[in-house]
Amino acid sequence: MRIMENQKNDCANHTGKSTLNLAYWTFGWVLTTALVAFGPKFIWDGNTALTITGILINLAIGIGVIYANKKHLNSLDELQRKVQLEAMAIALGVAVVFGLSYSMLDTTNLISYDAEISHLVILIGLTYLAATIIGNARYK
Amino acid sequence: MKNNIKILRAQHDLTQAQLASKLAVSRQTINAIEKGKFDPSLPLAFKISKLFNKTIEEIFKNEE
Repeated sequence: MRIMENQKNDCANHTGKSTLNLAYWTFGWVLTTALVAFGPKFIWDGNTALTITGILINLAIGIGVIYANKKHLNSLDELQRKVQLEAMAIALGVAVVFGLSYSMLDTTNLISYDAEISHLVILIGLTYLAATIIGNARYK
Repeated sequence: MKNNIKILRAQHDLTQAQLASKLAVSRQTINAIEKGKFDPSLPLAFKISKLFNKTIEEIFKNEE
């Protein structure tokens, strides 16, 4: 019994640590993304070498985010993993279906503005968030 | 899949949180299994049967 309780505590600690680890990596990635987006204009005045360095750092931290997310998913219990899997499936489906439709609206000039990738990223993020909340509520 | 985890849990005087703690899963998982909303994996089913000293067939019943 005591071994099982220790396992649970280890499991909860492991999940907590991996969530915090993912938060750090994500924060670093958002920070470097902002740096690369605004740095060339406001900080280093279009210096190509600095922009390339910024993009490489952003890419490296992005790879860290992917690895941290994978580690985080592995730290979850089986129900939490199922909720995440379903949310990811919905987010991926929405991204492909709505992303392509949105792109076609742009290429056929049915919308007056450009279909930006950032719009798709926001849609994926919101879909994933909503699907996770609904999934958690469903198994409550 | 139906199960009698809720009854076994009551017999052993355990709360959902305590059972979850012993099985190294979340309380939400225990609740979902008890309500038949979620079927546990085979390793978790074995853990449950070992904890209650019952066979898997004594705890889980197929609805078909």
